[in-house]
Amino acid sequence: MKHKRRSEIASTLPKSPTGITGLDEITGGGLPAGRPTLVCGSAGCGKTMLAMEFLVRGATEFGEPGVFMMFEENAAELTANVRSLGFDLDLLVRQKKIALDHVRVERSEIEETGEYDLEGLFIQLGHAIDSIGAKRVVLDTVEALFAGLSNHAIVRAELRRLFRWLKDRGMTAVITGEKGEASITRYGLEEYVADCVITLDHRVDEQISTRRLRVLKYRGSTHGTNEYPFLIGEHGISVLPITSLRLDHAAPTERLSTGIARLDEMLGGQGVFRGSSVLVSGSSGTGKSSLGATFAEAACRRGERALLFAYEESSAQIVRNMRSIGIDLAPWLKKGLLQIHASRPSLQGLEHHLVTMHDTVKAFRPAVIVVDPISNLTLERTEEEVKPTLMRLIDFLKQQQITTLFTSLTTGGSATNAAEDSQIGVSSLMDAWLLLSNVEFNGERNRMIFVLKSRGMAHSNQVREFVLSGAGIDLVDVYLGADRVLTGTARVAQAALEHSATELRRDNHERRLRQLASKRKAIEAQIAALKSEGEAEEAEVKFTIAQETLQETVTRQNSSAMAQLRGGAKAVNNATKGKR
Amino acid sequence: MSTVTKPTKTTKTTKTTKTTKMTKAYELRLYVAGQTPKSLTAVANLKRICETHLAGQYRIEVIDLLKTPQLAAGDQILALPALVRRLPEPIKQIIGDLSNEERVLVGLDVQPVKE
Repeated sequence: MKHKRRSEIASTLPKSPTGITGLDEITGGGLPAGRPTLVCGSAGCGKTMLAMEFLVRGATEFGEPGVFMMFEENAAELTANVRSLGFDLDLLVRQKKIALDHVRVERSEIEETGEYDLEGLFIQLGHAIDSIGAKRVVLDTVEALFAGLSNHAIVRAELRRLFRWLKDRGMTAVITGEKGEASITRYGLEEYVADCVITLDHRVDEQISTRRLRVLKYRGSTHGTNEYPFLIGEHGISVLPITSLRLDHAAPTERLSTGIARLDEMLGGQGVFRGSSVLVSGSSGTGKSSLGATFAEAACRRGERALLFAYEESSAQIVRNMRSIGIDLAPWLKKGLLQIHASRPSLQGLEHHLVTMHDTVKAFRPAVIVVDPISNLTLERTEEEVKPTLMRLIDFLKQQQITTLFTSLTTGGSATNAAEDSQIGVSSLMDAWLLLSNVEFNGERNRMIFVLKSRGMAHSNQVREFVLSGAGIDLVDVYLGADRVLTGTARVAQAALEHSATELRRDNHERRLRQLASKRKAIEAQIAALKSEGEAEEAEVKFTIAQETLQETVTRQNSSAMAQLRGGAKAVNNATKGKR
Repeated sequence: MSTVTKPTKTTKTTKTTKTTKMTKAYELRLYVAGQTPKSLTAVANLKRICETHLAGQYRIEVIDLLKTPQLAAGDQILALPALVRRLPEPIKQIIGDLSNEERVLVGLDVQPVKE
């Protein structure tokens, strides 16, 4: 709230937009209108270019004609020099949008005697301003006056008067100045130009040069106070922090497939958020590029445009290599849905690469970007340098709602801990982080994939085996045994082992059941045998009884028959007795 | 000092006789901005110096840049008042109110006439 009010006040200070990419963002709208701005820096750091672009953009984009008063180069040289930026000064001069005025101050040709002033400069400048109705003025480099005129007291007094005069005429002026040993400018111009001071710097670190810009002072306005890298490219100057002062990009809820169904599943079932940034890190040969290519191809399949920045392989090589895992990028390239930008990271400095990316992205307007690998861009740079620059890139891409996949080569081996020690330290900038690692076990190396983080969604904590085959990428559940995780052939072997053990157990059970059944049968047989034995015995006993009964009956019949034969019943009885 | 002056003086006179056929040997242009004390001083000083040392050999043109500002660019005029020696070549510029006669003569590459 407080911040907002402050920026409102700041916006009341009229500003003159420079039209220079990034500079207007840092200064909150441009240079102070109607006031002089000092641009200083050492030789070759781009002062003249910045001043020229300020003037040309003013004339072409903001309808403010300008006068370029040069003390060093002449008009023809300057025209030739800025043609490389695509500025046609001749045309602008003919259209009366820009006036070039070369003022030569040659000490050897000038003799000084007595009192003088620089009214001639005022008259020349005033005439040039009036001739085209200028609103902007560049003095490049006014310090030449000190070199050309020996009476510095007069020069100082006249410069003070000149800047006052420019202010009174309402000119937005850029005054360039050479960097001094101890002061901002060699002749202390900052004393006179107190409203806005911008310093430029050109440094070479590790053989890579970087230009930097800093708004040292901006009276009456807030401004970015950092040092910002800037470049002089084909389209003029770009100061890099294009969106660095804000963190207000939209957060779409739409999800994008990564092109690998099982990976989407790990990422909460739907893949990554549109406009998010994904980091894929891993050591060499873990399949980062393949993952990146799959991601790009998936976008093309959806009919979206994908842009692939390759810093290791050429375009043709990528197409060939990806064919080996069943990803054919050629048709997408032909269709214009896919663009591959291959270049060596050492070709330019990091900032330059980023500007190239910006330009390409702006021209192609892709939905998905793959940078393979980002770690190469950051070689030879310290984390402090790389991180802000990458942050700016990511911010820019997020603002455009472009989903980005960065691959990053980690130097660590297969150990998870080493890989987590991501060398760029950019992981905190990323929304999702996939870690690919190689696991060496049982005489082979197998790829594994983890989701280390994924902001804003439930994601799997499980490790999956990452399998590259002729049919593309697939993720396979690893074998989670009792005491360890197995991958590759070990996983297959373990599964087979498991399978056979189950078979064996089942056989065993069946055998035991069969045994039991046969035992039961045996017992039943025994029972039957005993039963039949019993029956046999019973039959025998019955037979014996029957036999004996029959014998008895027969005997009785015999004896009674005998008695009858022997005479009467009594006789029979006696006979029987007697017989016994 | 005087021995050095003599031979140069003779060369000067021969040069003058050559060029006087067409125009004056010394064509001088004095740039000023309005009738300021400084410019008035400069005009007066210049006339005096020329009469003294270049009698009959010079032509003075006074240009007021307030009236014709477009002329300032032609001779690269920054400081005012400014005296430009258009002829003889090379073009020379002397800035200031010309109060130091000796320096003006050095600037014009004219040997002073001894009195």
